[in-house]
Amino acid sequence: MQNQTQQKNSIPLWRDERVLNILGQAAFAAALILLALIIYQNMKAGLAKQGITISLDFLKGLSGFDISEFSFPYDRNSSYWQAYLVGLVNTLNVSILGVLFSTILGIILGVARLSTNFIINRLAAFYLELVRNLSLLVFLVFWYLGVFLKMPRVKDALLWPGDIILTNRGVGIPWGLPTASFPTFRLILLAGLLLALIVFFSLRAHGKRTGRPPLSLLWSLLAFLLIGAAGWLILPEAPLTLDLPFVKGLNLSGGKILSPEFMALTSGLVLYTSAFIGEVVRAGIQSVSKGQVEASRALGLNAFQTLRLIVFPQALRVIIPPLTSQYLNLIKNSSLAIAVGYPDVFYVSNTIQNQTGRAVEMISMVMATYLLFSLITSALMNWYNQRIKLVER
Amino acid sequence: MRKTLSILSVLVLFSLLLAACGGAQPAAPGETVTVKETVVVTVIAPAAPAVVAPAGYGVTLETVKTRGNLICGVNAQVPGFGYVAADGSFSGFDVDYCRALAAAIFGDPSKVEFRPVTAAERFTALQSGEIDILSRNTTWSLVRDTELGTNFVHTTFYDGQGMMVPTDSGITDLAGLEGGTVCVQTGTTTELNLADVMAANGISYTPAVFEDADKTFAAYAEGRCDAVTTDKSGLVSRRTVLADPAAHVILDVTMSKEPLGPAVRHGDDQWFDIAQWTVFAMFSGEEFGITSANVDDIKSSATAPEVKRLLGVEGDLGLKLGLTNDWAYNILKLVGNYAEVYNRNLGPDTPTYIPRGYNSLYVDGGLLYAPPFR
Ligand SMILES: N[C@@H](CCC(=O)N[C@@H](CS)C(=O)NCC(=O)O)C(=O)O
Repeated sequence: MQNQTQQKNSIPLWRDERVLNILGQAAFAAALILLALIIYQNMKAGLAKQGITISLDFLKGLSGFDISEFSFPYDRNSSYWQAYLVGLVNTLNVSILGVLFSTILGIILGVARLSTNFIINRLAAFYLELVRNLSLLVFLVFWYLGVFLKMPRVKDALLWPGDIILTNRGVGIPWGLPTASFPTFRLILLAGLLLALIVFFSLRAHGKRTGRPPLSLLWSLLAFLLIGAAGWLILPEAPLTLDLPFVKGLNLSGGKILSPEFMALTSGLVLYTSAFIGEVVRAGIQSVSKGQVEASRALGLNAFQTLRLIVFPQALRVIIPPLTSQYLNLIKNSSLAIAVGYPDVFYVSNTIQNQTGRAVEMISMVMATYLLFSLITSALMNWYNQRIKLVER
Repeated sequence: MRKTLSILSVLVLFSLLLAACGGAQPAAPGETVTVKETVVVTVIAPAAPAVVAPAGYGVTLETVKTRGNLICGVNAQVPGFGYVAADGSFSGFDVDYCRALAAAIFGDPSKVEFRPVTAAERFTALQSGEIDILSRNTTWSLVRDTELGTNFVHTTFYDGQGMMVPTDSGITDLAGLEGGTVCVQTGTTTELNLADVMAANGISYTPAVFEDADKTFAAYAEGRCDAVTTDKSGLVSRRTVLADPAAHVILDVTMSKEPLGPAVRHGDDQWFDIAQWTVFAMFSGEEFGITSANVDDIKSSATAPEVKRLLGVEGDLGLKLGLTNDWAYNILKLVGNYAEVYNRNLGPDTPTYIPRGYNSLYVDGGLLYAPPFR
């Protein structure tokens, strides 16, 4: 012990590994900061020569342009900042729907790929190979110019069962129109959500105690639906009335009209990403060794129980990390919206940049936005990953 | 292993640093600087102008001369103005202006490199020094003249925004578009005018906005929109490449003023003067009846002092611009006067015929009027 301290003290500073490490790191950081500063100064000097300064004040100015799709009131009298938000919400819409649908489709594809049914198996394999080897940009433009703009014109609109109207001006689907009792109904739904959470956690706690995990997700979903249905029936007036789409003159009206740009982008992203997710899911399932299944069956668990309690929890551990990067890909890939004319945050920021000349500011904002989206997604997925990972004793 | 790696990366960083310093040597006032061409990565990072060519009096001409050619930002999708053919050759009214400028500088109209830029890319390309001049049906406006860091030289084409609809739609005026959809291109004055005019007339509509002319007009052709809007010249031009040009009409409305002309970066007044007087030389060529065919004759026989000064027979006007004295002679000889360039690209014998209208000389009732050459 004494000997050791003695030895440590005798090492001169310039040969002490800890000191050297710290110095190395510091030098690295200093170089990095210096480089960033030089680049920034260089840029500022260059811009100043042309009388351009860097500031975000311009965001308050009147935008002066219209945007084709917005989730909150927007027109040419709104500010650039509001225009930016319109784009941001559009990106969020596409990303959330994209993640949701590509996960569902991806799981189906992954399982189909492992199916013992020859045709299903081959079909899934064909699809995965085809899509994974395409360029996403080409794929999106194909969906836009080749599919959604090739839909029939409004005057010969295609009617699908379920009151869906297909035209090259957009796809009309039935939609709920909120009535006076809708606010109350929203509260009821909130209560339902709360109940569902209670059901979920108490069932899980119960499962932990008894060692027989029940289908907690299913039961909590049922609880939610039950409350929702009860609320719908009890209220004097239905909270939503059905609004059907119809053809009005040159355009579609009523219901919810999904623009060809939105449809092309979302379906393109979903179909593309789901192919990758399919492979992730397949690899995850295959990573669980056969012995696990055999042991589980030997213990008397049936096929479904084996899948739910033995295979899936283990596969998930392999699936989650690559799945996260697929989600991140999807979110970042949504910036290709510009190619099909969908006003996502990148597209709108481009327009703003163009009308104001604020390239540096807009690009910085867009980068910060995507970084934020990605960090939030990773944080959520990491949290989930942490929860499901093997608890080693 | 890890340590070697981190040491390596520090080394790499330092060498980068040194490179960065070397590239950004500040210029002392009055010193002539030769600037390396900067390459701009568009689309993903629309050129944070990090390594801007130091602008200043005389810098651009010097750069262009050392490089040996002019880099001109042009349109690639609008026949008659700026269009790239299948064999990669450029043609059009705005393209010929670039050739005239090259003729003025080098005495050789082929010393131009054409860079196609979309509406959205053009100002960044100019700001960052990727192009020396922008000649791409660009509208002169106050914001562009100030905040976008560009200076517009004299207008070469007076235009106005129009609206095109399929003939069988029966639409005859803007009010007919109530509740409809209009295809428009982003990054243009067009999208701003559209919003202005529709709001002012209380017409509700939905825009469908695209990144370049090809997509805008493809969507229109597919029936995505009830109408498409841009400069009237753009409409005439793009109509010629629609499947059935006769099935589309340009409405008899003018939604805005669109003075189109070349633009340069802020900060180099000499370059601005050269660009501007190239335009005036072409105007004056038409005014004095000097064409590429007769310029040699006129040069040897001219008696009018202004014609002599223009052609460099008398005085040293070219030297004052920092060029040679035969700069205007070269423009007129090698590219032609305004009327020749106009007729070559937009005249009655071309598919993109546009009557001269405002774009006639003032003596013919138009707006083209060059200051005196003296
Ligand atoms: N003059 C307007 C509009 C010019 C413009 O960009 N027009 C379109 C439509 S004809 C165009 O040239 N597009 C070609 C392209 O993006 O390559 C402006 O300066 O903003």
